[in-house]
Amino acid sequence: MTNDLHAKIRSNPKYAELVRKRSTFAWLLSAVILIIYYGFIMVIAFAPKILGTPLSEGSVTTIGLPIGVGVILSAIALTGIYVYRANTEFDDLTKQLIEGTK
Amino acid sequence: MKRLTSFLPAVSAGLLALVPSLALAAGDLGQTQQQPTNWSAIGMFIVFVGMTLGITYWAARRTKSAADFYAAGGGITGFQNGLAIAGDYMSAASFLGISALVYGSGFDGLIYSVGWLVGWPIILFLIAERLRNLGKYTFADVASYRLSQTPVRSFAATGSLVVVIFYLIGQMVGAGQLIKLLFGLDYVYAVVIVGVLMMIYVTFGGMKATTWVQIIKACLLLSGATFIAIAVLAHFGFSFEALFAKAVEVHPKHMAIMAPGTLVSDPIEAVSLAMALMFGTAGLPHILMRFFTVADAKAARKSVFYATSFIGYFYILTFIIGFGAITLVSTNPEYLDVVKGGLNLRGGNNMAAIHLAHAVGGDLFLGFISAVAFATILAVVSGLTLAGASAISHDLYANVFARGRSNEVTEIRVSKMASIGLGVIAVLLGIVFEKQNVAYMVGLTFAIAASTNFPVLVMSMFWRGLSTRGAVFGGFIGLAAAVILTVLGPTVWKDVLGNPVAIFPFKYPAIFSMPLAFFSIWFFSITDGSDSAKAEREGFDAQLVRSETGLGAEGAHAH
Repeated sequence: MTNDLHAKIRSNPKYAELVRKRSTFAWLLSAVILIIYYGFIMVIAFAPKILGTPLSEGSVTTIGLPIGVGVILSAIALTGIYVYRANTEFDDLTKQLIEGTK
Repeated sequence: MKRLTSFLPAVSAGLLALVPSLALAAGDLGQTQQQPTNWSAIGMFIVFVGMTLGITYWAARRTKSAADFYAAGGGITGFQNGLAIAGDYMSAASFLGISALVYGSGFDGLIYSVGWLVGWPIILFLIAERLRNLGKYTFADVASYRLSQTPVRSFAATGSLVVVIFYLIGQMVGAGQLIKLLFGLDYVYAVVIVGVLMMIYVTFGGMKATTWVQIIKACLLLSGATFIAIAVLAHFGFSFEALFAKAVEVHPKHMAIMAPGTLVSDPIEAVSLAMALMFGTAGLPHILMRFFTVADAKAARKSVFYATSFIGYFYILTFIIGFGAITLVSTNPEYLDVVKGGLNLRGGNNMAAIHLAHAVGGDLFLGFISAVAFATILAVVSGLTLAGASAISHDLYANVFARGRSNEVTEIRVSKMASIGLGVIAVLLGIVFEKQNVAYMVGLTFAIAASTNFPVLVMSMFWRGLSTRGAVFGGFIGLAAAVILTVLGPTVWKDVLGNPVAIFPFKYPAIFSMPLAFFSIWFFSITDGSDSAKAEREGFDAQLVRSETGLGAEGAHAH
């Protein structure tokens, strides 16, 4: 049963659209989190003093803290963005694709 | 099975009777480092154990098929699974280990936290839904989807077991130290008690019991950590500046705790650790296994979002807790180790969060947090043991040795025997590795996961050219590289084996072992001209349809 259905799905332009849209989005967001995280790590490795700069004149709190917490919050935000788009747009597209093929 | 479940209440009653008397007996030994027996802690510990054994009993009655045992019948919701993933992931190593790192080095603890979190977006974007669509019980189902079952499953099971065993070591060490301090129990007894309880949960309750133990533990841990963090901030008038100022004043490293540098100073070390933490998360078998407990890809995605939010929130809390320990614990001689001096804490620095709980909430709250930390360890080791046992029974036994000719009953029986075997191994290794920092141990686990399971899984999902030879050779080369470099590195060769100088200079091998694994997978695949390799490449299109659309996925709802 599957071979026939699979061939039909593969020839449906919506399938190509789904695969293209989703992988572009997934790799784009992966690149964003990789850049944020490795940017953070590179600063730690090569210029740790930058993160030790005080937030303001005379304060003990350094800019490293909001930056570190910011990386954590950006990870949460990016997963939220992906789940929102995948569970609406991509799932709708998948549904149309499967119903249109059956 | 019936006989086994009716055996449970007796075991639970036996344990309830055993624990206080052991604690009393140990209390009479009069060791200077132990604190007096804390009855509220013991009470809450007993309540937790009783409750979880009750759940195990309930789950055991409902665990009949292999799908129930491995994947809780696929009936867990996205939110529940998110909590359970968080419960699986917020290990004692991250709670006790990261707060200890922050306590000892300040900012550096945050580097670990960030690294542990950023693997989650990657899991969501690239792995979660494809894993759910392609697999059934273990990640080996996915890796071997269009490849030759026997070699690929043998490899995947080996990779899983190595990761599980290393991770278990870190958990057992944390457990032993915690219970030693709390109950005045000997380290060895403590580790044995954890081992026995974990074997009971997994053997009788399977994934259902393990999931609910994790959900309850996640709620307890999040509320306990929130309370400590709020109490610390309240002490400083909810001013972070005041908290940090006091920490800088009392910590021997002073301003150095507010910037990176003391723990990760070498750029290669920093990037290597970062790679291990980020990609290792996506190669942990007990985490990957959780995606098979939900109904479909939609729920799998949701569970990652909830998990990431809970885990991120929790790491921000551990940072506050670490600084709270610097300001409120290191300044109080009651918590310090008088023999070692300096910042050294009674019971070891991994106890920073536990002492802080006592400092802000007294004996009763210490009892609560100790019971929670203990629950944390039990939940995580149970998840690990279940993943290891599944690798043995579902991958090695059912698909390699019996080659699909086994039935569900024998498969589950093998799984239960494997759980017990793994429990015994965990106890023995927990004793050997008593003196290690548990956070390092987990770091090593991640390096292995990132160099072994992750490359094979990603290549099997995304690369048409992958062949069985490439997956198996590449995977084993990555595994061997990660393990050998770990053994030859400073943590094992120098600190554990006592040699004067490490042969391999870096603590974290991932920067070498992970690219080596990817390269080997690629190389041994493109040079594979066999007919089977050709068929495997042709199988990619069909695999892609299922992985993208969920058509034909196990237990999928809508279609």
